[in-house]
This record gives sequence, structure tokens and C-alpha cells, in this order.
Amino acid sequence: MEFPDDLKYSKEHEWVLVEENVATIGISAFAEHQLGDVVFVELPATGDEVAKDEAMGVVESVKAVSDVYSPVSGEVVEVNDDLPENTELVNDDPYGDGWMVKIEMTDPTDLDDLMDCEEYQKFCAETSG
Amino acid sequence: MSDSMRDKQAGLLLDEPLIFERSRSGQMGFDAPELEEADELLPPELLRDAIEGMPEVSEPEVVRHFLRLSQWNLSAATTFYPLGSCTMKYNPIANEAAARMAGFAGLHPMAPDELAQGALELMAELQDMLAEVSGMDAVSLQPAAGAQGELTGMKMVRAYHSDRGDARRTVLIPASAHGTNPASAALCGYEVQQLEGNALGVVEADAVRKAIGPHVAALMITNPNTLGIFEREIAQVAEVVHQAGGLVYLDGANFNALMGVAKPGHMGADVLQFNLHKTFSTPHGGGGPGAGPVGVRQVLADYLPNPRIVRDGEVWRWSDAAPKSIGRVRSFHGNFGMFVRAYAFIQALGGNGLMRATQMAVLNANYVRARLEEIYHLAVPGLCMHECVLTDKHLEPTGISTLDVAKRLLDYGFYAPTIYFPLVVSGALMIEPTESESLETLDEFIAAMIAISEEAASDPNAIHAAPTLTPVGRLDEARAARKPVLRWKAD
Repeated sequence: MEFPDDLKYSKEHEWVLVEENVATIGISAFAEHQLGDVVFVELPATGDEVAKDEAMGVVESVKAVSDVYSPVSGEVVEVNDDLPENTELVNDDPYGDGWMVKIEMTDPTDLDDLMDCEEYQKFCAETSG
Repeated sequence: MSDSMRDKQAGLLLDEPLIFERSRSGQMGFDAPELEEADELLPPELLRDAIEGMPEVSEPEVVRHFLRLSQWNLSAATTFYPLGSCTMKYNPIANEAAARMAGFAGLHPMAPDELAQGALELMAELQDMLAEVSGMDAVSLQPAAGAQGELTGMKMVRAYHSDRGDARRTVLIPASAHGTNPASAALCGYEVQQLEGNALGVVEADAVRKAIGPHVAALMITNPNTLGIFEREIAQVAEVVHQAGGLVYLDGANFNALMGVAKPGHMGADVLQFNLHKTFSTPHGGGGPGAGPVGVRQVLADYLPNPRIVRDGEVWRWSDAAPKSIGRVRSFHGNFGMFVRAYAFIQALGGNGLMRATQMAVLNANYVRARLEEIYHLAVPGLCMHECVLTDKHLEPTGISTLDVAKRLLDYGFYAPTIYFPLVVSGALMIEPTESESLETLDEFIAAMIAISEEAASDPNAIHAAPTLTPVGRLDEARAARKPVLRWKAD
């Protein structure tokens, strides 16, 4: 399982790529693997305000339905419109074409609570133990 | 036997095309008489001579097609059906006989009270029986199923608080609660706050103490919880909630593990729903409908749905008089046929029989747990109640997962347990035998589970290919969900 080291990770298994003030968010390979084949994705709309640690979307797999939590507060500036019609992208390329939203952060200190690649891998090992 | 004969035999058993694919032009099932004045009865634009794609099939072909499909059904009447959490109880034939008695089956829901005295009396007695067995003070039979029972219960909770001018906004729900609880609370306008259980899957009073406050309207707790574990701190938990002015909703979905042995009313529950199909042996789903009566302690009795059955001198009648009632939640009087079945079940078993049924359900689940926990990983160590939760952890090196085990069980002639639920357990296999199964059946099932575990090491490909002895093989669940074909269309 791959965990790119230029990303930050949340306890709810979202990854965050930070570019200036914009956070690109998706779900990690661990989350994607636990869920199994993703069959439905619901995302917020561009312009929506999202709050840190609150549900902003839904992913449904053949096993279960899960909320996607926003690791940061801010405004949704872009949404991966291809995803709802091509949900397999979440499984096939979770860190690439399977990205979900881009959020313009209101408070960059939100990122302080996130884990780096190493911490997150440790966290996953404990979770699945 | 020639190959073509062998194919034909297999086809007779296993292949059934769509009725549309059987269609051949000119075949006819039923020859309706010509309607001569059709154009006088209906405007011409509403008339048509042909329906596009309507299958043309003979009557015997139609009958065989649907009868064959019906023979593919699996149920507790055909197969061991250990679907945990759902509680696939066998439906006794005596219940059906009672429900089909002409006086019950033919009774019109709008019949005046004086012509429905027997039905009203049965409902009044069933309410009393459910109150007695649960330790509650009053019962309404109206809700159409368990989830509506929850909603009804939570509406009463809200009515109670708003009656006291108390605007509480939060409902506490443990991670191990029945899956519909958060939805029921949210539908009533509440915010849901999740409580984590301890390592043994149980909610501790201390955890509730930390979360409780004047903002909490109620705690919704499932006992036994969805891990099949008895919430042993339930009395202390209820006390903490009550001291803070909140109410306790006890989800009765697993009441079949308590019936005749312990009463939620004695555990501090203020309101609960019964799932008649899970506890009192009425049919599920397609054979249903469901029924989800609610029981309440005195503190909520004013808010029960209207109309209610009252004794008026020598007769039973419906009354809308209760002023604080949350009102009607279901048209007519609920799913009456289910009341007859549940009543028959309770009468047939009696108090001791209900207790024995509960004991046998718990014993059967623990027998399966004790025999399989040496091989399969047990989600929560120790005794369980009416169901046990195993996982696929020990199979990880073989590449075989819970889904594969479930599919392979079909080849062994068993319906699969509930899988990947509860969500708090990774790779869950949730097994609920119910009280109805014999030791021999349980042993056969256990042998199959052990055989599959051995196959996982010796011949994993056989399991990946399963099921092979069913009308259709392994389905592509992801594709079915992503690109569903929901109906046949003419080319």
C-alpha cells in the first residue's frame, strides 16, 4: 500500500495536498482498501463552506457507506466532477484521478492536527490490529 | 448420457431466461374477449392495440417460469439462515393458520368497532402481553416496522421535552447501536453524538457521564448491542442519563435475547420498539410486512400515538381523546396480520416457553462461538448473547476474505451470515442461529465453516470461484452497483 510522503493524513483517512492556501483532498489507499470497490460518491458543490472535522461528502462501497470528513475549514473551490460517474477512480488512483475536492483554507493551522506519512502508517497499523 | 442431455438436465435445474427472452411471436397465454365498445368507454388516444415488448408466452410457460424462480428462494423454511442482526426466525405454521382465519383475514379495516370486537380484543391483549414481557407500562401497535417504531419513540421523546419547555438538541448513540438509530434521531431534528464502547464492546457509565449534559435529550442504546454483547452497565448508564434529565431509548431489535428472561423496563428504559418479525416469529420483508410496536414507561404514556384502544363498559373501541398524543403514525391500525401471528406465538409458547426460546437462542449462538473461536477470530472475547461475531483475520495470509467465506457457504448448502456488519469490526461474519435450529444443523454448519477455513489454505482458488452450485455464480457486485441494468428494454 502506498502513502506518498508529500501528503498529510487525517485520522478519518483523508489525505491532504497543500499548495499555497489550497488543500486538495481525497481518501487514502488504506481507506480505499478497507472500503473495497467504491460504487457511489457524493461531493459538496463548488462554493460550499465546509468546517474542519465535519462530514462534507459520502463514499459508498459494496461493503459500507462512510462519510468523508473535511480535514480543514474553508470554501470548496473545485470538485472532481468526473468522480460520481467514475467511482472506480477512488480505488484505481486514490491520490491522483481519485481526488475529491479542493478547499481554500480559512485557517492553515488546521493542518497542524494532521499526520505525516510515517505517523499515518503507524496509525493504520494500530487501527487494523 | 449424451452431452446434450446433460446440458438439458442442468438447464432444467439451473437456467431460467427472462420471460421476455422466452417470447415468441403468436404465442398466447390467455385469450381475452374482444371489447367492442372500447372507443365509447375510453378516449381513442388512450387505446392501443399492442404493448411494445410485451412477452408472448403460453400459460404453462408463464406458470413454470415463475414457479421455477420461486423455487430458487432461500428462507428459514428451506435452509439454515444464520443472518446475524436480522434474526431469521422460522415462522411457525400455526401462526399462519391463525392469521388466515376468516374472521381476521377478511376483516375490513374500516369495519365499525362493534363488528371488530375480536380483533380489537386481540390487539388490546397483545399490547398487554408486550408490556408485561418488556416491563413497560403502555404499548402502541401502530408503527409499521422497527425503524418507524424508533421514529415514533423519538417523536415521543421530543414531545416530552418540548412539553416541558426544554429545548434539548442532542442524542447520544453508541457505535454499537442498531444502524437505524442515528437516522431516527436525525429525522426528529436531533444532532447525533457518537459514544465509543470499551474494548469489550460495552458502553461504560463513565463514558456516558463524560458526554451527558443538559443538552442531551436521550440516549439510544441497543441491548444486547449489535456485537451480540449484553450491555452490563445498562442500569448505571440509565441512571446517569436520567439524573441529567434525559430519557433512555432502548432499541428492542435484539429483544429476542431478553424475552422471558429480563425486562428493559427494569434496566431503566423509558421507551423501546419491538420488531415482531425478529422476536415474535412473524415473517420478514417480502413475506411481511413488518410491525414495530412501541412500549413506554408512564413518563411517556401521554404521548403515545392516537387512536388508542379503550375499554368502554363491555366493549372495545378506538379513542382519539388523548390530548398530548403525537398523533397517528400509520393508516388504519398497523399491520394487523402480524399482530395475530405474534399473539399466536406468545400464546403457543406461554411465559416459560418464551424464556426457553430465548435461552435456546443464546445457547445456540454460544455453541457456534465456542466451536469456531478456536479457528476464526472472535471480535469480542467471552460469552455472547443471541449472535456471535467472527472475523476473517486468521485468513489474511491466504488472501481469502469474509466475502469469499460467505460465497463458499452457499456451496455447502447454507445461507451466509451477515457480513461486514457491525461496521466497528473489520471483516465481520455475524452469525445468529436463532432458537429454531437443532444440534445436528449447527454441527453441519460448523463443519462447513471449518472446511472452508482449511480450503482457504489448501485450495484458495476454489473459494475465489465460489459459489459454483447456485443458479448463478459469483456476481460482479461493484459493476452491478456502478452500472445497474434495472429493467429489460425492447431492442
